[in-house]
Amino acid sequence: MRILLIDDSKTMRNIQKSVLKQLGYTEIDEACDGQDALNKIESFKPELCLVDWNMPNMDGLTFVKTFRESDRSTPLIMVTTEAEKARVIEAIKAGVNNYVVKPFTPDLLSERITETLAKCGV
Amino acid sequence: MDSSYITPFMTSIQNVFTTMLHLPVEIGEPSIKTNNTATNDVSGIIGVSGEMAGTIVLSMPNDTAISIVSLFTGMQFEANSEDFVDAVGELVNMISGNAKAEFQRKSVSISCPTVVIGDNHRVSTPSGTACVVIPCNTDCGEIVLEVAIREVRAEAIEPQSNAA
Repeated sequence: MRILLIDDSKTMRNIQKSVLKQLGYTEIDEACDGQDALNKIESFKPELCLVDWNMPNMDGLTFVKTFRESDRSTPLIMVTTEAEKARVIEAIKAGVNNYVVKPFTPDLLSERITETLAKCGV
Repeated sequence: MDSSYITPFMTSIQNVFTTMLHLPVEIGEPSIKTNNTATNDVSGIIGVSGEMAGTIVLSMPNDTAISIVSLFTGMQFEANSEDFVDAVGELVNMISGNAKAEFQRKSVSISCPTVVIGDNHRVSTPSGTACVVIPCNTDCGEIVLEVAIREVRAEAIEPQSNAA
């Protein structure tokens, strides 16, 4: 399965990558902001995206809204420090399928990934 | 400064360090900072805006920061490397974001992190805002979290974008 990690922090992408590898996913690409992700989507064709909210150039919420204009089905998981209820609702309305608040344990992240893929029938 | 603005940061640094680094944090007695000189060599800085405004600084001695980043990333980086800077930025980002969630009734945004490294650098806090220094003792050494935030009157708030 092709998975795109969208986060401006390389440290965070590495942590997520190691969780994904433990789950057996190895086809992983990385983007450092929403715009970079949009540029990579056509060629990489991700089947799951993990997206941060707070990023330079294009934030995660704008990415989700833009991505959902042309793709309603690819699962998106927001992985962010934005923990307020209002933010979670805003992200879900924009089209994310699940939400993980940083800091997270590897177990929690893998649980949310598995849950999202099952829910989306991937 | 209202102590209810400080408590979330104490809880948050403990939560972030325990969850991501498996490093317990013992919080010391907070005090008011009286100068603009950085407490330590490495400062991770986040700006706060919206109904609260100010800065959050995670300040660490060089060697302590290297040990903490090593626990966080599982790798050893030099203090002048991009990876080190990125990791320090992500730590202060998580601490600030986690604390911000406790201000549920307020609309508050945080900036992307900035990291400054070097002896005797200066981090200016907004004028008229008290800076509270929260000492944090860890097995990697003592670090401090400096919180300089205040409430902003509704009429003084500029319209915000959705980016947080």
